[in-house]
Amino acid sequence: MSTIQQLGNEEVHPDVLLVNRAKQGDVAAFEKLVRQYDRQVFRIANHITQNREDAEDVVQDAFLKAYEKLNQFQGNSKFYTWLVRIAVNESLMRLRKRRTGRMVSIDEDVQTEEGSMPRDLTDWSPDPEALYNQSEMAEILKKTIQGLPPGFRVVFVLRDVDGLSTEETADALGLSIPAVKSRLLRARLQLRERLSKYFRKNAKNGGGK
Amino acid sequence: MTCTEFLAQLDELIDDEVTFSLRADLEQHLRECEHCEITLNTTRKTIEIYRSHEIYELPESVRVRLEQAILSKCKKC
Repeated sequence: MSTIQQLGNEEVHPDVLLVNRAKQGDVAAFEKLVRQYDRQVFRIANHITQNREDAEDVVQDAFLKAYEKLNQFQGNSKFYTWLVRIAVNESLMRLRKRRTGRMVSIDEDVQTEEGSMPRDLTDWSPDPEALYNQSEMAEILKKTIQGLPPGFRVVFVLRDVDGLSTEETADALGLSIPAVKSRLLRARLQLRERLSKYFRKNAKNGGGK
Repeated sequence: MTCTEFLAQLDELIDDEVTFSLRADLEQHLRECEHCEITLNTTRKTIEIYRSHEIYELPESVRVRLEQAILSKCKKC
């Protein structure tokens, strides 16, 4: 992530300087923003659409839309949070198209008790990552998170993988702070529960796979 | 403190957002409850694993193609 520059008494995020230059038609400044955030946008789009092609389209469409709307960016939130909001909307639109118009939303609260109380309480192997090679690991992690409701996945990814604050996540997703908090807890516990069968002690001998 | 009360504070504990006195209570519960200790440690590990493994890698060739497509359209805006 970028460093903060000190200008007088006010801290100005370097993105704001790039956005201001881009607003004046400096495409090179916008290119820097694209290179800074394209991987994250691709990740979020994949988590929502679960389709690589759609995620690539979302990266293009989200940045183009951001460029077109740059004048609407007021700097009240971080540029990245604003960009994520666009990317989430673009991802949901792709998802709706693929599901022939069925309503897809991330703000519906999912009524599930799953994971609210831990059941698998076996301790994990001291080094669970050593149990699997890199591609097995990627497959396990992908499969596990794909099993969560979309609204849980996105909150987890923004908060825990991307490092956004609760407030920024709420802002990016148009959710209340309590909704973000409750989803994050359930997402973390559900992922933990589901990963336990792969990572618990003796998982490989005990039929974890 | 019950396990349910502990779990209600799990995120705050993981994110280091608890007051000094609440932390002391939570740590006291952890000393007495192996299950909550396992839950805490494995939840922390869950986050750490997801943070350190990129499951949706964007290959450099695709990245360059997307960036070129975006910027060529921006120039026409």
